[in-house]
Amino acid sequence: MGYPHKSDPKENVVLSEYFGDAGARTYDGWVERGGYKALKTALGMEPNAVTDIVKQSGLRGRGGAGFPTGLKWSFMPKEKTRAHYLCCNADESEPGTFKDREIMRWTPHALIEGCAIGQYAIGAEVCYIYIRGEFTEPIKVMQAALDAAYANGVLGDNAMGSGKKLDMYIHRGAGAYICGEETALMNSIEGRRGNPRIKPPFPAAAGLFGMPTTINNVETLAAVPHIINRGAEWYSGLSLASEKSSGTKLLSVCGNVRKPGNYEVTMGFPLKELIYDLCGGMPEGRTLKAVIPGGSSVPILTREEAEGCILDYEGCVAAGTMLGSGGVIVFDDSVDMVYQIMRLAKFYAHESCAQCTQCREGTAWTVRILERILAGKGTQDDIDLLLDLADQMTGKTICVLSDSCAVPVVSGITKFRDEFDAYISGAREPVLTHG
Amino acid sequence: MQEAAEYQSVFVGAAREKLDDIMSRYPTKRAALLPALWIVQEERDWIPEGAMIEIAELLDITAAQVKGVATFYTMYHKHPVGENFIQVCTTSPCNVCGAENVVKALLKETGCGELGATSPDGKFTITEVECLGACGFATPIMVNDDFLDSVTMETVPEVVARYRDGKATG
Ligand SMILES: Cc1cc2nc3c(=O)[nH]c(=O)nc-3n(C[C@H](O)[C@H](O)[C@H](O)COP(=O)(O)O)c2cc1C
Ligand code: SF4
Ligand code: FES
Repeated sequence: MGYPHKSDPKENVVLSEYFGDAGARTYDGWVERGGYKALKTALGMEPNAVTDIVKQSGLRGRGGAGFPTGLKWSFMPKEKTRAHYLCCNADESEPGTFKDREIMRWTPHALIEGCAIGQYAIGAEVCYIYIRGEFTEPIKVMQAALDAAYANGVLGDNAMGSGKKLDMYIHRGAGAYICGEETALMNSIEGRRGNPRIKPPFPAAAGLFGMPTTINNVETLAAVPHIINRGAEWYSGLSLASEKSSGTKLLSVCGNVRKPGNYEVTMGFPLKELIYDLCGGMPEGRTLKAVIPGGSSVPILTREEAEGCILDYEGCVAAGTMLGSGGVIVFDDSVDMVYQIMRLAKFYAHESCAQCTQCREGTAWTVRILERILAGKGTQDDIDLLLDLADQMTGKTICVLSDSCAVPVVSGITKFRDEFDAYISGAREPVLTHG
Repeated sequence: MQEAAEYQSVFVGAAREKLDDIMSRYPTKRAALLPALWIVQEERDWIPEGAMIEIAELLDITAAQVKGVATFYTMYHKHPVGENFIQVCTTSPCNVCGAENVVKALLKETGCGELGATSPDGKFTITEVECLGACGFATPIMVNDDFLDSVTMETVPEVVARYRDGKATG
């Protein structure tokens, strides 16, 4: 549902059905609402059969990259000579994204159930749920739910009487966006700095503690119990446009809209309807200027592009952007695009782990040059410099944080060039004194 | 070093039991490092050098390794902070919803004057922070461990008043 707003009839409420319903947080409340049936079913199946259902459902990773979940699970070694691990990525820090927080706050048992099914399918006795350190309330709610799951025999040495051992622990982050990157997250659990690792080896071969590891996003795992309960065909049929994108997607809408919140729609839903109908459109007297549809790391769309964009993996690519994490950032006509692009670059500069020169230096210089432009001291050469820097920052580093910083800069300059030019020519008053 | 001389062990009694329990969840001792740092911060409000040495001994790693990790993560305080540590998200989604006005109002209302400075009464320190993962509830702020949604310029005085007389929770 459009939490904190009432559900809209155009939504397709699956994961968010109980957002705002505190009764769903408790173990008993969750069981009353049909909880833990899917885990019971899964534990009665062959692990491979569980993976096959997830494969057939077409579920793709909701953490940003959209990688097919069942396929990822099938990469885990079948023979079990070593420990296997599942990591649940609850580091949610991509600007514009706030869906995993609501899943954990309102339906903690849905996530526990999804993790447990995933663990069983990949043969992992231990699952670590990595929650960003600032999420103090979700951590409390999740910990209480985990305690209840253990107390009721869902987890532990004999999970739901299956004879299987399933342990699950929360690992609290401590303020670092980069720990959402899967290999940085593993380092962080191991008690190290959150530096991403060079791949290969991929996590399924050598991940956490050097062991075969699968890592999935909160929303991905929370969808799994529904797929087990209602079948792969039901899930793969949830699609309004491309067959390659199935299921529902939680879209976190923020920025300049009347009703920001989390809206759950069937894949293929038009972005225009999301903004104008579900979210009530722009604030009084304003018009739409730009939209970033998938979290701050994906290209910015102009109003025209946004109004024609279909929200699924393929639709977003067709519009020149990506679905990413589903964090929809809306900018109205009062927004200074140059300033906001600087602010996004500043985010990446702050969050760079500083291992790669292109990223460490590139993000910092991008901010400095943008600040210079905002201080009225920029030149046309600075635009070329920014684009050249962006080029140097793309495809050359250990992880894609560096690329992500270049994305808003390049799409911003391409699509809102007049705003940059206005600062450079002096047609617009400087807004910064330093730079 | 003076501080080391005065250092009182954190990991005794319940805190030690908590750490032992956490260590049992991982195949290596080192993996308990982030949780151990959290325990120190819960007990002492910041992470003194002595605690880093103590953790290093308990987890069989070097003090430099502990320091390297403690400094990587922004939520660990390497210095004592004001009684109420306020962090305001000013990343773009919140920025376009007036987050910078919330910062200004907080600086004025607490008397901090500028970011990073502690207010004359020692009660507040304010910093800007990157996305708190609650962008639809602009502007989210954290006061110590409390996460507050939807703070506006207008509600700032009420928020500050609530924390001025000690650490309120919620
Ligand atoms: C810099 C960076 C930050 C990321 N942050 C997150 C995050 O906060 N949450 C998340 O689920 N995935 C994040 N990812 C993606 C993960 O690396 C990984 O692809 C994802 O957790 C896999 O889960 P999924 O297949 O279920 O999507 C991030 C990636 C990068 C490069
Ligand atoms: S690209 Fe940036 S964040 Fe990623 S590993 Fe390199 S320096 Fe670290
Ligand atoms: S941008 Fe402020 S919480 Fe995400």
